[in-house]
Amino acid sequence: MIDKTVRTMAEAMEGIADGATVLVGGFGAVGQPNALIDGLIEQGAKDLVIAANNAGVGHTGLARLMELGRVRRIICSFPRSSDPVVFETLYRAGKIELEIVPQGTLAARIHAAGAGIPLFFTATGAGTKMAMGKETREIDGRTYVAETALHGDVALVEAWEADRWGNLTFRRSGRNFNPVMAMGAKLTIVQSQHIRALGEIDPDHVHTPGIFVNRVLHVPYGDPSGF
Amino acid sequence: MSATAAARPLTRTEMAARVARDIPEGWYVNLGIGIPTAVADHVPLEREVVFHSENGVLGMGPAPAKDAIDPWLINAGKQYVTLRAGGSFCHHFDSFAMIRGGHLDLCVLGAFQVAANGDIANWATSENDTAPAVGGAMDLAAGAKRLWVMMEHTAKDGSPKLVRQCSYPLTAVGAVKRVYTNLAVIDVTPQGFVVRDMAPGLGFAELQARTDAPLADGRDLG
Repeated sequence: MIDKTVRTMAEAMEGIADGATVLVGGFGAVGQPNALIDGLIEQGAKDLVIAANNAGVGHTGLARLMELGRVRRIICSFPRSSDPVVFETLYRAGKIELEIVPQGTLAARIHAAGAGIPLFFTATGAGTKMAMGKETREIDGRTYVAETALHGDVALVEAWEADRWGNLTFRRSGRNFNPVMAMGAKLTIVQSQHIRALGEIDPDHVHTPGIFVNRVLHVPYGDPSGF
Repeated sequence: MSATAAARPLTRTEMAARVARDIPEGWYVNLGIGIPTAVADHVPLEREVVFHSENGVLGMGPAPAKDAIDPWLINAGKQYVTLRAGGSFCHHFDSFAMIRGGHLDLCVLGAFQVAANGDIANWATSENDTAPAVGGAMDLAAGAKRLWVMMEHTAKDGSPKLVRQCSYPLTAVGAVKRVYTNLAVIDVTPQGFVVRDMAPGLGFAELQARTDAPLADGRDLG
């Protein structure tokens, strides 16, 4: 019997190694796998590369992980937030590396990793400093920039519903990066608000098929709040 | 270069209404964070324009009443929004496929500078910006079928924002089709900036004096 559900946070976090690249879903406060990020803080892996849209807010979650000196490099599109104090302090002090990636390119690079596409061309960033040092190619009169797949060792994802095969649904704008991150990593760990019996999720309504998921932890925390 | 007594620049609300007037029914539109967000308030609901947000929301409606907030429904500016009947959600890759694949009829962005060849600079004000935040601006500028910019005509220090060449780091090359400022509506054409409309009481010479790049007067051409 396949059962991807795990009972404890320690089981969910098992095997995340120092130096791992961790893809983190969420946009704003919605769809953020906050419990899993706290679990990673507790678990202790360090020298991490984090790929997420933002670089953390306040002193909790990703910001806390960075504040503890556990993140070597952050790959994101928008390091600013309502309260980016931790990231900005570390960045000014030269204690964290930053790789800025246009938001669509970030999603496309992770999707490419999940889809077996090592390299692709995009018009985004052509003629800007984002293209510096990258291969460009003219196709039908337009200039495109080569971008590479961004592979995760681990993905942290928040879902609305999950079953023991790892089939997932997401809620409203909580979907955002979550299905993309789920595809792009070798080990995808999900926190889900609801656990459904196998077959209970209508197959037509599955957003992320279980093949992209390795572990599911039940975290019924309720509604997101604050940004 | 003080304005003549008769010249009256448009307010932010009037600018938003002016942009909204030019968006026809049926268009799929992304409004950038900041000034452009207000454009949606001026498109009547019976004119069916479908608003897109980068975080996977297609068919955004107006802001919710305080007692009707859905904590699971935000836009790319992280504000609570509503979804119209017919609206839908998707993940980030699909949302940016809509942008990068040329499916959006229009994107309206704010900008620091727009050049006469359509170059736009709107994400960093220095090559050495400590930690510039690009978000989805480069995807939107390069990907939408047409890019309009909505901004003040000059910077706070009075320096022109419509320039011969951008001095700030570029967001995209040759992407802007039209600029709406508090003083004018200006098309970007292969011949450079062409003025289509001006704020009440403003003289053409006065507008040119506040603009770095040369302007052509295209008001008769509509």
